[in-house]
Parts: sequence; structure tokens; C-alpha cells
Amino acid sequence: MKDKQDSLEQAVLNDYKYGFVTDIDTDVIPKGLNEDVIRLISHKKNEPEWMLEWRLKAYAYWLTLEEPTWANIKYPVIDYQDIIYYAAPKPKKQLNSLDEVDPELLSTFEKLGISLVEQKRLTGVAVDVVMDSVSIATSFKEQLSEIGVIFCSISEAIQQHPELVKKYMGSVVPMTDNYFAALNSAVFTDGSFCFIPKGVRCPMELSTYFRINTENAGQFERTLIVAEDESYVSYLEGCTAPMRDENQLHAAVVELLAMEKAEIKYSTVQNWYPGDKEGKGGIYNFVTKRGICKGDYSKISWTQVETGSAITWKYPSVILKGDHTIGEFYSVAFTNNHQQADTGTKMIHLGKNTRSRIVAKGISAGFSQNSYRGLVRASKHATNARNYSQCDSLLLGDKCGAHTFPYIEVKNKTAIVEHEATTSKIGEDQLFYCRQRGIDPEEAVALIVNGFAKEVMNQLPMEFAIEAQKLLAISMEGSVG
Amino acid sequence: MYMLSIKNIHANVEGKEILKGINLEIKPGEVHAIMGPNGSGKSTLASVLAGREEYEVTEGEVSFLNKNLLELSPEDRAREGLFLAFQYPVEIPGVSTTNFIKAAVNEKRKYHGLEPLDSVSFLKIMKEKMALVEIDQSLLSRSINEGFSGGEKKRNEIFQMAMLEPKLAILDETDSGLDIDALRIVANGINKLHNPERAVLVITHYQRLLEYIQPDFVHVLYNGRIVKSGTKELALELEEKGYDFITDEVDLTAE
Repeated sequence: MKDKQDSLEQAVLNDYKYGFVTDIDTDVIPKGLNEDVIRLISHKKNEPEWMLEWRLKAYAYWLTLEEPTWANIKYPVIDYQDIIYYAAPKPKKQLNSLDEVDPELLSTFEKLGISLVEQKRLTGVAVDVVMDSVSIATSFKEQLSEIGVIFCSISEAIQQHPELVKKYMGSVVPMTDNYFAALNSAVFTDGSFCFIPKGVRCPMELSTYFRINTENAGQFERTLIVAEDESYVSYLEGCTAPMRDENQLHAAVVELLAMEKAEIKYSTVQNWYPGDKEGKGGIYNFVTKRGICKGDYSKISWTQVETGSAITWKYPSVILKGDHTIGEFYSVAFTNNHQQADTGTKMIHLGKNTRSRIVAKGISAGFSQNSYRGLVRASKHATNARNYSQCDSLLLGDKCGAHTFPYIEVKNKTAIVEHEATTSKIGEDQLFYCRQRGIDPEEAVALIVNGFAKEVMNQLPMEFAIEAQKLLAISMEGSVG
Repeated sequence: MYMLSIKNIHANVEGKEILKGINLEIKPGEVHAIMGPNGSGKSTLASVLAGREEYEVTEGEVSFLNKNLLELSPEDRAREGLFLAFQYPVEIPGVSTTNFIKAAVNEKRKYHGLEPLDSVSFLKIMKEKMALVEIDQSLLSRSINEGFSGGEKKRNEIFQMAMLEPKLAILDETDSGLDIDALRIVANGINKLHNPERAVLVITHYQRLLEYIQPDFVHVLYNGRIVKSGTKELALELEEKGYDFITDEVDLTAE
């Protein structure tokens, strides 16, 4: 009986189910970073001159920066010369439809549980897939283009819609924003571009799957979503990576722009490889995500379920520039074994009568460290700004940690900012109660954790919520002895 | 044939011996009551039978439906048909009572090689049992036990018992903290669920629950041992004279 006593303390092996490597012919450039590498990337992507200049400017700026150290995470020094900055699956020929995509690649997606063919046929989800650096196939493009929605890879957008890219890229996250944003601006390889014209409600969920395949390849994707006046879009992003002993760097930039009365809902299920149970390998996920509610009465909502990555450094934010705008952030961050997460949000209230809501749920198991870091700022002109923040932490076992770093800056007297935080442990009492009803410990923990995360899960679109629930269950496997 | 047979059970909590040789045999259909003063080991006995891990059994045997109970995990004991109505039912935020019970019912079915219940059949059974224990639908859609009143928590325990149809139900101080109306409803629920195949072990400090639930046998637990057994008249005698009339006697012989 005694052996089960510390069942909760034994966070053991958690098999990463997406740890397969796809054997596809890949076009890889040598490791390292310098101006020539950037020129090479730009050349391979057949980019216009202005894009190359933009990249080089970002690179020059990046060289003047030092890596930030303020986050509550620890990792060995990253050698930026030891990373491959461009890796693309070699296409046999120009692809016109999904049917022409490399079957090996398609089967990879099937292993991931996102059969494109299936998606196309059954779910009505438009998927843009980014593998390593190049967007492979975009489904539903035609149907979307009929209503004026542009949904394509960012590379394609640079070719086809340069005026839009030029106008908006870097307008929310400038290349000078931070270390990783500058790096991304210099070397980004692909990502998604969405443009929803005025008055259009995008009839389907737009979805991107990211996957890192090549060894030592960093993935630097860049996503830009523009929702014009009175439009609506729901965007889903899912991420996986194969198991590698070495750490892989992922530094993405996501920019959202919501014009007057527009609404953008951005949901992420992030399941990058978290490393093994000793903390070897895994993805370093340093992401800059920011949205701006530019027009009055616009709304941006971030929902994220984060179970992967060895290190997560990520603060999806909303700048509430227009009056009466709304920003939301719903997050579940699960860390196990030796994972470290420093994640949260920033809500910057600039306009009048702006509202924001933050619900952050952190779950820590094993030896992991899970930090919530959030900033709520109400500027001088943000009359009647309202914020409500709730940060809850759940601990599984006693070798993990949960931390909360809330920052509040209020410069307007009429602003109301509320913050609530709780920390709890899955009690032996809860576990025993479940077991006495015939529910085994693993199932019981899943039940308790899903209950804890429910408020956030409810924000996800239906199919995604089910996937996120399964993902949580997979990530938790072995966190109970 | 006995359903439950406890032989000379000794159990420790944090190194301290609480149960010092319990013997008890229960046949299907019987209702047994275990009474005793605070600290006599009543709840420890319930926890040991349910398999709570902080309780270490150092000696003795327990057989339940011809299986060695002590070798089974808590969840397998439950699936074999042992149900414990908790003295302090536990809150699980965000988990609806309905989903919790559904998970429990289906885990048990799986163990017995049955298909999980579909939602329609599950709801049908739930409706029947709700009437039986007079529980409100709205309670079942709320997070389990969260913000429930004392009476609601106990009624919810009896409702779970109705849904899980155990062979042996152990009620650990189910009467504590209940007003007289709640007590009556809970007792009625238990009586309706009692049948010739199902045994009930009622653990209580007070005689008042036994006014509603008629025990076949009453045992007095004191200082980790059953010091006196009898019929329901024993409960009445205890009510009248207090525990002292037995415990003094025991303490005297011990000296």
C-alpha cells in the first residue's frame, strides 16, 4: 500500500506520441547565420527587393541586441550559428492541388491526426500546413477566395499581395520589438496570411499546422491576420515536432489587426516536443504574438492550450487602441517533467471604455516550473477601462513550481483592474474520492485537471476542444505513478 | 455464506495503532451498525475497508465476496461492489456531478466486461434513481460537491450509491451535520436501496439514524476493538445510558 502513497510525486515517463521523423527529401541550407544566409533565404523564396531589405535591416538591428534574461526560465546559451535557418521539403513539381502532395508528407499529417484529405472532405476546416519552412498545401483556397477571403502562406502573400504585406507586416510587432522578433524578422521562412474583407464573416475555421521535421532546424514562422471593418474570423493553430535529442529553436511572430467592429478569435493548441523525462531535447518556443484592436468596437480573443515545448516564452497580447474594444486571453499551460513555461499576456488599454479579461490556468507536474506573467496597463486616456484577471495554478506533486507575476500600471483614475489568483494541489482526498468510485488514478487526474481547465477549454471551437482535451490527457500520462 | 469477513484486523495511521483486532462478519441483506465514541476507530475501519493508503494494515485478513480485499486497489474494491459514503464528500471544481458519476458507472461496467452506457440509457437510469433519493436535477449539473450544503452532499452520496448499485454500502457518519428532514430523506433513500442481496454497514455516533434505518446487528467499537455486539436494543440502551456504561466496564477489565 505504501508504494502508492507518493503516487502523485512520481511524475514519470511521458511518451511523446508525435515523435516520428518523416523521411522526405529536404532542401537544407548550411548551419549558421549571416547576411549571406539571409540573402540566400530571400533568394530561395524568390522575394522582391523590399523584403530582402527589410530582413537585412532586422538582422542589423538584431546584432545590436542581447538575449533577454528576465523570464523565469533556465536554459544553456543558444548558439545561433549552430541552427539551420532554412529547410524545405523538395517539391517534385509545382503543386496545384492536395492530390499532388507527396504521399509521405500526407501520411505524416495522418499520423498527426490531421489528414488533409479527411479535413477537406469532412470538417470544412481550411488548413494551411507549414512543415519546416515552407507552406505545403492550402486547402479551401478557392472557396474562400469567392467571398474575398485571402488565406495563403506568407511567402505567397509576399508574391501575390505585396501591398497588403508591406502595409501591415511589422505594424503590430515591429522588427525592433524584441530580440526574438528581430531574429524572426530577419530569417522568417513561412507562415500564414489571412485577409478578411469588410463585412465578411469567414464561414469556416481557418487552421494551420506547424511541424518541425529537420534536425537542428529552427522554425521561424510569421503569421499576419487582417480583419477589415465588421468582419469575423476564427483561426486555429496547432503545433507538433518529432523527438530529437537536441533542442530546436522556434521563434515565431504573429500579428493580428482588427479594424472597426471586427472580431478575431485566435486559438492555439501547442504540442511541440517537450524533451524527454530527464529534460533532454525539446523545443525552445520563444514567440511574440500581438493583436491590435485598431477600430472602435473591435475584439481580439486569444485562447491557448500549451502542453509542449521544453521552454515556452510567450505573451499573446492585445493593444486596445479603439474605443469600446475588447481583449481576451484564455490560457491553459501544462508542464510536466523538466518543462519550463513563462507565459501570460499583456492588455494595453489606450482607448475609452475598453475591456479586457484574462483567465490563465497553469498546471504543473513532475519537476516543471510554470509561471504566469501578465501586464495590464491603462493609459492616461483610457477612461473607464476595465480588466478582470484570474490566474489559477494547480500542482501535481511537490517537486514542481507555480509562479505568478502580475504587473499593473494604471494612469487613469476611472480604470478598474481586478486580479484574483489561487494555487491548489490535487489532493490525495480528491484522488481517493475518485478511486473509491471505481475511477483509476490516471483517469481521475485527467478528470480533475480537465475540470480545472474547463473555463478555458470552453472557449475553443468544438473539434479543437476535443483535441485539446485528448492532448492534456496524453501529456499527463505518467504524471501519476 | 458471508459477504464480508473481517478477521483480527490491526491497522496503523502514522505509526500509531488505531484498530487492534477487529472481527466482523456480514451476510448479504444484513444491516449492521457500528457505534462508538469519538476516536474509537470507526472511520478508520471504513477507510481501511475502502483501501485508503494512509492506513497501514499490519495484521489480519478481510475477505469480500471470496476475494482477498486487502490485495485489491481502491478502484477495484469499488468495482467489485464496495461503496463508501464519505463523511466529508470531496469537492472537484469544474467536474459536473453527472460526468463524474457517468465516468464511475462506465469504469465499473468496463471492469465487468460490459459496454459503456450511452447517454440516453444513462440519463434514463439517472432519472429513475433521482426520484428514489429525491435529488434535484440542477444539483447534478453543478461541479461535484462544490458549494453544496451539508444535506446536498450527503444526498449526493446516496444518489451515487443508487447509481453504482453496490453489494456492500458503508455509510460513514452519513447522519452527521444533517437536520431532521435531510436525515429522513437520506435514511429513506438508504432503505429503498436495501435489498436481500445488498448489505449495509452504518457507522454512526448517534442512535438517531437507527430510528430510520433498522439494523439487524449493533456493534460497539471502543479503543480499536468491538467490545459489545447485540441487536437494535443495544443502540437504545446506549442512547439511554451513554457510552460510559460499556466503556467503563471495558476499562475496568483492562486494568
